[in-house]
Amino acid sequence: MSSEEASMTNTTETPAQDTPQGAISDFGIDTTSQSTGEAVRDYWARVRGGELGSLPALLGLVVLLIVFSSLSDTFFTLGNLANLLQQGASITIIAMGLVFVLLLGEIDLSAGTASGVTASVMALHLIHNGNLLGGMGDTVFYVFCGLLVLAIVLAVLMKIWAGAALSAVALVIAAIGIPANAWLEMLLAVCVGAAIGCVTGFLVAKVGIPSFVVTLALFLVWGGVVLQLIGQGGTLGLRDDTIFNVANGNLDFLGSWALFVIAIGGYAAVVLTRHFSRLRKGLVAQPTTLVLAKIGALAVLAAVITYALSLNRAQSNLVVIQGVPYVVPLVLVLLVIGTFVLDRTSYGRHIYAVGGNKEAARRAGINVERIRMSVFVIASSAAAIGAIVYSSKVGSVDPNAGGGNTLLLSVGAAVIGGTSLFGGKGRLRDAVIGGAVLAIIQNGMGLLRQPAAVVFIVTGLVLLLAASVDALSRRRAANAAR
Amino acid sequence: MSEPILELRGINKSFGPVHVLHDIDLTVNPGEVTALVGDNGAGKSTLVKCIAGIHPTDSGEVLFEGQPVHIKGPRDAAALGIEVVYQDLALADNLDIVQNMFLGRERTKAGLLDETDMEQAARKTLASLSVRTVKSVRTQVSSLSGGQRQTVAIAKAVLWNSKVVLLDEPTAALGVAQTRQVLDLVRRLAEQGLGVVLISHNMNDVFEVADRIACLYLGRMAAVVGSKDVTHGQVVELITAGRSGDLGIARPEAATI
Repeated sequence: MSSEEASMTNTTETPAQDTPQGAISDFGIDTTSQSTGEAVRDYWARVRGGELGSLPALLGLVVLLIVFSSLSDTFFTLGNLANLLQQGASITIIAMGLVFVLLLGEIDLSAGTASGVTASVMALHLIHNGNLLGGMGDTVFYVFCGLLVLAIVLAVLMKIWAGAALSAVALVIAAIGIPANAWLEMLLAVCVGAAIGCVTGFLVAKVGIPSFVVTLALFLVWGGVVLQLIGQGGTLGLRDDTIFNVANGNLDFLGSWALFVIAIGGYAAVVLTRHFSRLRKGLVAQPTTLVLAKIGALAVLAAVITYALSLNRAQSNLVVIQGVPYVVPLVLVLLVIGTFVLDRTSYGRHIYAVGGNKEAARRAGINVERIRMSVFVIASSAAAIGAIVYSSKVGSVDPNAGGGNTLLLSVGAAVIGGTSLFGGKGRLRDAVIGGAVLAIIQNGMGLLRQPAAVVFIVTGLVLLLAASVDALSRRRAANAAR
Repeated sequence: MSEPILELRGINKSFGPVHVLHDIDLTVNPGEVTALVGDNGAGKSTLVKCIAGIHPTDSGEVLFEGQPVHIKGPRDAAALGIEVVYQDLALADNLDIVQNMFLGRERTKAGLLDETDMEQAARKTLASLSVRTVKSVRTQVSSLSGGQRQTVAIAKAVLWNSKVVLLDEPTAALGVAQTRQVLDLVRRLAEQGLGVVLISHNMNDVFEVADRIACLYLGRMAAVVGSKDVTHGQVVELITAGRSGDLGIARPEAATI
């Protein structure tokens, strides 16, 4: 116990009250640095208490890697591993956006088809060289612009300035008709995503329709919109190198290692700064050796992956394919920004609070409606980024974009990673881990030449398993409190 | 005794045709626990909600530190330093103690949460209240017992340099040992010089911690008595009949208008 606290306690205590019942555990325990053994025991106690986090998903990941490597010769090849990252990226990104919604205990079933809408708008803008009016036809274009204006109004009404600004950018791009430019198209997609989120969020937060119903309805609506924009049986090809490279391109050798240095260096800097600042102020902290070991292990893992990916993995001798795929830094950047927002800002704290106890959050003066609306804006914007990635991967947008099982896999990724469907519990990295699990299942089963039927059944069962783990650990946590 | 920190004069409150509070006078002194007792429907919770700014009053005066004030909403009350600890604890289970104590009023540095600062402040507050039953201030609220949760809720109210703390049945759902904890804490709040208003149904609790007892009877202040001057039985009579001997509302006819 620090001397300051000791004096504080002494001055305010009267001797008669100095004997509270039971085992007295003072904050003295709280102030000292833990030993490694204590930290491990503490972690184990929390796991037993039902706070599993992403542990089951990580174990599953390891098991899957071992199983598929032993069953298939091609699974653990460099080419396939890079392919795996590119396949899993879009689902992972959409799942990251969904984590925000799931944290409130809400659901966004429309994220998949909404991403399809953003992909179609992006493709139309590219193909018609910025002339969306010509690409959509008069009526559709005016309705589209009307919806963007509506989104701006709703966002301003709820004081969600970022949503309003992005929707306004979308409106400007659509109205002015700037000639095609890949970066502009991608920006447009994200902005349209934000606008969609404003509408969804307003219906849920302000009008008060359950998110399940709103997004189920919008799931159908956006599916129809995609069909309208692209046309029955049509396909919009994305013939643009920049867009193609998003999911298919790689960093060069130097870039790959620069990414490694920045990522690991940044991680180490953030973790160590916080660690030593806590130690300096006498707050409870993990043992320094454990922190260093964690950073070291991560650095080694990242170095191995970077090294492997910077080798030539082309099947033929005619081309050279090497370097870390662009999707890796993309996912990393989104992960870092999102985690930062959730963990280090008041906004993130308020999301957890609303997800944990809406009434408590309201009494604490948090604008619950605004928080609820904003997460849908985030989810739809992330879905738009996911849409850019999957459209880039296949090089075109078809009427089924974002339909099928895009959404189910994304929700599945978040839940498998350990995000609770009941709200209040989950982290952004859950989406990444869960996304990796699903990508490996899909990829591995494909390599083993399993029919689609088996792939679906296995994926579904894994999701069911993850949801059961969530429910059971929740029950365990509730029991532990008593 | 020093000047009252909070003084109510002639507070009236109606919900439509129902006249809930009749000319309520109440003073809250710093360093004292004032127990507010009364049967169900006597108007205890309404009175607390009027003080907290949740319900506007129809007439009457509120003086805070001798100055007349108009409390129009919960934020006004909080700004004056009046905090309410509600019966159903307003804590988020999935957050830890520090996060809950600073919920909605997080301290930030350059736009980012200042975790270490908040953790130190939270620990200092808990230590100043001699709360020693929670192992770590980073414990999740979901793993705390009922008494510990109530403790956190009260400590949360204290954290904001509040001057008056209103506790709405803080021991209603607690076991014996946990009630003990909370009552000790209530006493300590008063010792720190805060004005404490405790609503309770439990006479043992009231006699144990209260300096003064204010009895509400059908929306009227039947009597405000020193807890040492009355017996258990007298307070029960005040609650159920509005009078006891020469205490309370003079004649029963006066209570019916």
